[in-house]
Amino acid sequence: MRWRLFTLLTLLVALLFAASLLTGPADIGVTESLRALIDGKGGATVLVMREIRLPRALLGVMVGAGLGLSGAALQGYLRNPLAEPGLIGVSASSALGAVLAIQSGLAATLALALPLAALAGAVLAVLLLLLLSGPRGGTLALILAGIAVSALATALTALVLNLSPNPFAASEIVFWMLGSLADRSMRDVWLALPLMLAGGAALFSLGRGLDALTLGEDAAQSLGIRLPRLRLVMVAGVAAVVGAATAVAGVIGFVGLVVPHLLRPLVGARPSALLPASALGGAAVILAADIAVRLIAPERDLKLGVLTAIVGAPFFLHLIYKTGKEAP
Amino acid sequence: MTLLQVSDLTVIRRARVALEGVSFALGAGECVGLVGANGAGKTTLMRASLGLLAPSRGSSSIAALPPAARARKVAWLPQTREVAWPVSVRELVALGRIPHGRRASASDAAAIDAAIAAMGLNGFEERTATRLSGGEQARVLIARALAQDTPLLLADEPIAGLDPAQQMTTMSLFREFAGKGRTVLCALHDLGLAARYCSRVLVLHKGRLIADGRPETVFDAGILATAFGIRAHFEIGDNGPLFQPLEVL
Repeated sequence: MRWRLFTLLTLLVALLFAASLLTGPADIGVTESLRALIDGKGGATVLVMREIRLPRALLGVMVGAGLGLSGAALQGYLRNPLAEPGLIGVSASSALGAVLAIQSGLAATLALALPLAALAGAVLAVLLLLLLSGPRGGTLALILAGIAVSALATALTALVLNLSPNPFAASEIVFWMLGSLADRSMRDVWLALPLMLAGGAALFSLGRGLDALTLGEDAAQSLGIRLPRLRLVMVAGVAAVVGAATAVAGVIGFVGLVVPHLLRPLVGARPSALLPASALGGAAVILAADIAVRLIAPERDLKLGVLTAIVGAPFFLHLIYKTGKEAP
Repeated sequence: MTLLQVSDLTVIRRARVALEGVSFALGAGECVGLVGANGAGKTTLMRASLGLLAPSRGSSSIAALPPAARARKVAWLPQTREVAWPVSVRELVALGRIPHGRRASASDAAAIDAAIAAMGLNGFEERTATRLSGGEQARVLIARALAQDTPLLLADEPIAGLDPAQQMTTMSLFREFAGKGRTVLCALHDLGLAARYCSRVLVLHKGRLIADGRPETVFDAGILATAFGIRAHFEIGDNGPLFQPLEVL
């Protein structure tokens, strides 16, 4: 049953990836665009396919998979279906880094400054998090530290906006924070890819430990799981993946929350099986949403993060309502 | 053969002595009851013995092992019956096989089947563990610990919340487990069941081990008065050991 689910999800991601390559304002035929992508002959079409649509579709897969995977790992570790990457403050700190880069003008002079600053924000958040929750701190300490880091980063972002002398910089910051995959290049892909791969590998290695945590921290430790190590690998993995995702795409919420929640019953609720399923599911959701923003309002540049929040939030409310009714 | 050697184990938390100078050894083939009033230090003693809690002083032979090796020597059944996700009963019991390697093997399947059968859970395998009754869930978690297939089992009030028949079934299962050269140490509140099923009883009082021996020597009027503040009747009759609490002193 699980293999069928994984096959279906992989097919879905492949289909949406192809659809993403074929969606855009430039009216290019299917065979023409694919030929331009593969053999590189055809002038402007090659440019559109290789420099605009391919990085966009690739980033869709990477960002979606990263957010889905991080959500599943965090929910498994915290044993709480309401956990998400934003919860431990990595998204907000990463956004703060980017905002500082835009505000200081660094982003305008050096193209890599924005993603690098976002990564620095994520790394700082993790260090602060570990410092606040202590080397052996439990789940609650981690959540509280995450909320504190998140609140601090949000407040500092607000301060930067508040003090911004330049209204253009302020509006650029606000738009950047909404989250989007438009106008990204292969350089963004190469910047995010190594971090995403390293972070993703770290998160995938946690499967057995997360399974054992189904029984609680004491029982998991008695099954031979080194909890302090698991916690460190998990936080570092989430920071790398979410930091890289935020660096190239801005803040995109609800994917890490809703995707694991939706797929959990389909994998028999096992945390280790949920990791790959959520990665695939997240990739499918971001690809679909990114196609949707191009179809719904091609001339208005609807932001991806806005769409995921508008669709994701009511959907999640519905899930909470349903869970509340089912509970004894 | 000694399965667990605890020496001078002392735990001080927030200036309060939770455990003081506890020493004992568990050999193979024992079914040991750990009794004491609420707050006497039963859970602290077991967690410190397992290495889940760093002692202020003293040592435990099990706690010194690396986590993976320890998990093949001792199974731990905590009192809090936590099941975080709605997994199937079989998947939950299978978690006990985590210390035995990554690849599912025939011995894994055999251990899981045996544990499910021992706890009378045949027919429950595909049920969702979080939707079972409290007693059923307790049995699933005991089965999980049995599936770990270790020489030593530490259980914190494993029979709390079970009905009388299930309590006796579980205790005789533990005794049978001990009969096969393994050892069980379980914290119990029911002194009657401890008297009937345990070959040895440890009595904790305010963090100290005040008695250690066969039930008939341990359930002495003075020890019962100190540890529990009760008077009780104890006899070994035709139906085996009988323990009857009479009054609070």
